[in-house]
Parts: sequence; structure tokens; C-alpha cells
Amino acid sequence: MSDTHTASGLGGDARVLRSGEREFTLDVRTQDMEINFGPQHPATHGVMRILIRADGELVTGAQPHLGYLHRCAEKIGESVEWLQYLPYTDRYDYLAAMNNNLGYSMAVEAVMGIAIPRRAELIRIICAELNRIGSHLIAVGTYGMDIGAFTPFLYMFREREWMMALFEKICGARLTYSYIRIGGLFNDAPPGWFEEVALFCDTFEAKWPEYYDLLIVNKIFVKRTANVGVIPGRVCLDFGLTGPILRGSGVDWDLRRDMPYSLYGEIWRDGAFQVPVARGEMGTVGDCWDRTWVRMREMQESIRIVRWCLAHIEEGPVMAEIPKILKVPKGEAYVGIENPRGELGHYVVSDGEKMAVRVRVRGPSFCNVAVLEDVLPGALVADAVAIIGSTDIVMGETDR
Amino acid sequence: MQSGSNAFLEALRAIAPAAVPDWVLMVTAAVIGFAIALGLISVAALFFVWLERKVAGHIQCRYGPMYAGGWHGWAQSLADGVKLMLKEDLVPRDADRALFIFAPGLVLAAILGAMAAYPLAPAVFFGQFSLGVFFIVAMSSMTTIGVVMAGWASNSKWTTYGAMREAAQVVAYEIPLGLSLLVPVMAAGTLDLRAASAMQSGLWGMDWLIMPWNNPFMLPAGVLFLVAALAETKRAPFDLPEAESELVAGFMTEYSGIRWSFFFMEEYAAMFLMSAVGAVFFLGGFESPLTHLAAQIGGTELFVRDAAGTLAFDASAIPYQIVAGLTLLAKTVFGVFLMMWLRWTLPRVRIDQVMTMGYKYLTPLALLCVVGAAAWEAIKHALWS
Repeated sequence: MSDTHTASGLGGDARVLRSGEREFTLDVRTQDMEINFGPQHPATHGVMRILIRADGELVTGAQPHLGYLHRCAEKIGESVEWLQYLPYTDRYDYLAAMNNNLGYSMAVEAVMGIAIPRRAELIRIICAELNRIGSHLIAVGTYGMDIGAFTPFLYMFREREWMMALFEKICGARLTYSYIRIGGLFNDAPPGWFEEVALFCDTFEAKWPEYYDLLIVNKIFVKRTANVGVIPGRVCLDFGLTGPILRGSGVDWDLRRDMPYSLYGEIWRDGAFQVPVARGEMGTVGDCWDRTWVRMREMQESIRIVRWCLAHIEEGPVMAEIPKILKVPKGEAYVGIENPRGELGHYVVSDGEKMAVRVRVRGPSFCNVAVLEDVLPGALVADAVAIIGSTDIVMGETDR
Repeated sequence: MQSGSNAFLEALRAIAPAAVPDWVLMVTAAVIGFAIALGLISVAALFFVWLERKVAGHIQCRYGPMYAGGWHGWAQSLADGVKLMLKEDLVPRDADRALFIFAPGLVLAAILGAMAAYPLAPAVFFGQFSLGVFFIVAMSSMTTIGVVMAGWASNSKWTTYGAMREAAQVVAYEIPLGLSLLVPVMAAGTLDLRAASAMQSGLWGMDWLIMPWNNPFMLPAGVLFLVAALAETKRAPFDLPEAESELVAGFMTEYSGIRWSFFFMEEYAAMFLMSAVGAVFFLGGFESPLTHLAAQIGGTELFVRDAAGTLAFDASAIPYQIVAGLTLLAKTVFGVFLMMWLRWTLPRVRIDQVMTMGYKYLTPLALLCVVGAAAWEAIKHALWS
């Protein structure tokens, strides 16, 4: 590390470029400055540190440093019983805890080879999609805040509040639900819950254009995000990016449709949802605006999926017949699901005992954060904020 | 009224017995004027901070402060002020101590100085400024020196960024600001705020300079002035020097307690002054139908010089003075509200976009307005005289 700190534009000598650094030729002789972007910075959405090398307002190098929130989640997975690990899954992507529960439960269920009652599957999907809406609301709202628009954030929190109240009614928790269990659900939905979900869908759909007009197509917002932080589709594939970033770069890939799990295959065949893919409407395909647009559109699609589930809901049990103390047969499985931020994969290995031998988590934020090294150099410092915000990383999950 | 005097001196001269030497009156008048200006700035800052939070709250579907003081949290800023005053006085170890301490004072002093040109009412003012608007613009751009000083003295990279942005931005927007103000100055033919306001008293107090029959270039100049004033007072969407999501808190990252509140007071005082200038030149100043009515009922001059040359107090002018003062205040508060409304609606532009807009669009447009307004005035003069 040491030698790379000394060389800059000072003596005109060739300097060693670190990973995430790029050479820029400017018409004036300047001196680079190294800035610690974080760990306590309002735009890193948590505790991430990005070492930024800047030439005035131009970023010439960026290196994300992770690990400030590391809690040994995977190791804990090997040290507690199968079901006991479930609350830990809530805590990696705390904005999409339902999806995390779903991913882990499905991985364990795959090893066990059990089938889930249909009612449980439907409620699972309703919860996962509602949580996706809540997560995207935060993503877009805080992104607006990064750009300097404070108000849309609070509007979006209003709807998210309702979403959390819905979850509170169904499982008692507002953020870390542990509601989707191995084998089904913690309990059935309370009376009137589905009607309220339907009401939420109607209200949210009416509010959606308001947010779109207020933030997404706002002239200044477009100026700030269009053609900024362009990630070409090829780069996305190279870095293993998934989720809205991938679709924002024009790559048509959604696990819910392309590797369907739970009832998504059936819903897709019914034509109940589409996969929004960015077309570079305001600038280049793969810019910050596209990523935000994909998130906005996905909220609409989630509403449609929830509506389909509400229409097809049927009576029945919400828990499969599984023993109280879970013993998972010998075997292993990888299950990837479409988390709001991308592919959340759980790889679990069992040797037939009460605890897992290995729980490996493929977190979307962890993979997505890597691309910052590639897109930040060449951007302005203000753009850096816009780019980091558009990747929508949750530090709880990158660090686990 | 002789040049260089102020309303308080006039009043004292009229009231005081002849035995009191003139310099005592001058010092007393200066002290009174300073006290009123300081009080006005402090109260205005407290009020506007509260107003900002209420405006933000109501725009964002919430209430804002509701508890301190009872009615809609009116005492919230007062409570915050007391808290800020009682906070530990912190100077970072690596900061340039002298400059760090001096900068907030300079910022506040500059804006307080600019306040001297603000007319409270047609006959109540701090100083007879024939260069009033020039003085305000000059003094309020002095705050930039304080901001750059603060950013540099803090010895932090974020504050340096904030300071450099402030310097670049203010230099870029001083030009369109000054040019857009030239248009009403040409239309009014004076730089004096009170004289400019008095010019607009025709048509039941509605013969404002901005009315198209006076000068059609006033309206575009007004829009340019609003944009430039937003940038000049570093308000959203041009709040780049303190862009909280990019630069933590910009030039004031390292400040805390009462020194930090000085920057805050400066921001709101600058908003107030810019709105006041805008109100005088683009919104008719003291004039409105209400002011006109008040002028019809009683006198307009507080101190009337009789045949013998002595000043006499005319109490019948008090309603007019109060109505006129409140009219200007209301227009000024409306301007401040407009700035707050914009802040809570719009995202922030990027620094290069700010510069592009300032140099490439606002400055040429302002120049165009100036040329157009000058031609208009020249033709008008040629036709009427």
C-alpha cells in the first residue's frame, strides 16, 4: 500500500495504479487528494468506507472497504439449530427480511425435500412482494435524498409505514419478521388481512404516478442521473451483478421468471407480471436513471403479483407436517431467489444432524458493491454519491 | 433630509433639547440602529428556522415542531438557540484556530452590515443609502470570504470542498445577480431602495416596476434574479457548499454550537435580505393598495419641517409607516417562503451543472435583459421628453 500513496501528479513520475484507479489526463497540473468517503458518511447508507482518490471534483480512483458490520452470520449458521438460524437471516438485508427468510427456508426445504401447502406459498409470495415494494421505496426514496430531494423520501416512508403495519399484523414484527419458516409460515394471516392488502395495493397504485412525477421525471433528477454511472450489460455479467442493476443495464434476467421458484412459474404463465428492462429512455442504457426506473416499475409489477395471489388465495394449512426439532437429512442444496437487490442464494449442507455443516450466503449487495471500483473513476464527487445510491447496497448484507 | 443621516437621528434631533451636543445624538442613534438591526436579524433567523421546519413538515405530510412553547412549537428555535449557546465550544486540534474562530464572526458581521440598507418603513431606516442595493449585494458577497475562511481553517477535505464550491458558485452567480438587478435599477433610475419603492406608488400602489407597461424586461429579470439569489444564498437546488449527502455538511462540517448557529443565522438573514431586495424591485416594495389607502387617510412623513425649519413629529403618519413596513415585510416573507418551497421540492444540481448554468445561460440572458431594458428606457425617454 505504502508506495501507492506517494505517487501522484506531483513530479510527473509514473505512479502505480491500484485496483480501482484509473489514469486521467487533464490540461492543468493538479494534485490528487485521497478522501475517506465514510464509514460515517450520510451517502454510504450504513457503514461502508470508500477510499476515493480525487482530482478536484473528479474521482480518479475508488476502493470500497467492507466489513464494518461483519457479524459472522454464516458461521453462526453452522453453530445453531436449523430453525434458530432463521432470525439471523432477517438481519442481513434488513430491508427485505421476508425475502431472506424465504431464501433460507426454501434452501432447507430443498434439502429436506418437503412440499409446502399452497396457502402458505401464496402468503409467502404476498409477503415477499410487499417487502420488495417496501425495500424499493427505501431504495428510491433514499436515492432521492442522495440527489438532494428530501421530500419524496418522506412520502415513500408513508407507504412503507403501512406495509410495515401489515407485517406487524401478520407476525408482530416491523422489520425483522422471521415469519416465513422452514416448512411454511409462522401462523395464518389474521381476519381481514387480505382485504387490507388489497386496499394497500389500490392506494399504492394511485400514489405511484405521484412519486414518478415528483422524482423520477423531475428535470433536475434526470440531469443528475441520466448518463451517469453507466454500467454496460457486459460489465454487469462480468461482475456477477444481479437484480435491478442487471435489468437496469438492459439484461433481461429475473429469477422469478427464468428460474421460477415457489409459484412464480404459474404466475408468469398466467401473464400476471412482466420483467421491466431498461431501454435507456433518458440517456444511455445502464445509467443511474435506468436503475431507478427499473425499481419504480418493479413496484408496479409486485402489486400485480400480490393481486394475483389475493385472487387465488385458498383455505388450508400454512405449515407442512415437520417435526418440532428439525433434523434435516444428509444432503446439500443451493436455492437462489430474486431478492429486491438481486440474487440471494443460500447453499446449505447437512450431515443429517440438528445443525448445518455449512451455510453459505450469496448476497446480492456484496456482489453489487464490487462494481463501484469500476464505475466510480471518471465520475464527479457528486456523481459518486449518485452512483453509490443507485446500486442500492445494504451494508448489513454485504458485511453479514 | 440630509444625506448620511438616519431616521433615528432625525427623531432624536426633533425630540432632544437643544443643549445636548449633536455627537451624543449620533452615537445614540447608531446604538439604537445597531440594536434594532441585530434584534431584527436574530428574530428573523429564529422565525425563519421555525418557518422552514413548518413549511418542510407540511410539504412532507408531517407537522414539524409541535411542542416547544405550545402553539405549533413556536419556541422551538428559541430552545434550539439556548441549546446551541450552552454547547461546548469546540475547535478541532488541527484547525487554524484564529481563522476558525474569526470566520463565523465575519460572516455574521457582513450580513449585519448589509442589513443597514434595509428600510424598515419609508421613514424608519438605518441609513440614508443612495447606493442601497449595491451596498447589500457587496456586503452579502463578503460572507463568501468568511465561508472560504471557515472551510480552509477547518483543515478538513470536506470543508475545503465546500469552501471551493462556494467560492466558484458565488463568483459565477454574482454576475447574473448584479445584471438582473441592473434592469430594475435602470427602470427606477435609482439604487436607493426607498426611492425605488416610492416610484411605484402610482395606480393605487400597483404601478410596480415589474408591470409590463413599465418595462417588459422586468419579468425575465425577476426570474433570473430569483435563480441567482438562490445560488447566492446557497439555497437548494444550489446548496452545494453544504450538500449534506455529498460533503457531510460542507464548509461547516467541523463547526458546532454557537459558531455553527452563526452560519445558520447568516443563511436566513441572507435569504431575508435577498428577498427584501427582490420585494423592493420586483414586487413593489412598500406599495400596495393598502399602503395607498393608509397614505390617503393620514400623513406620510413622520417628521415635517415647518416654515421655521424645525422638525415636528406628525403622529398621523404612523399608520402609513406601519402599513408600509408590514407590506414590505410580508412581501419579503413571501420571497423567503418561495425559497423554502423550492428547497423542499427540488433535487440538487451538480457543481458542473451549476457553473454551466451560471456562465452559459444566466449571464447571457441577464445581459440580454439589461440591453433590452436599456433600449426600452432610452426609447421611453426619447418619446416622453
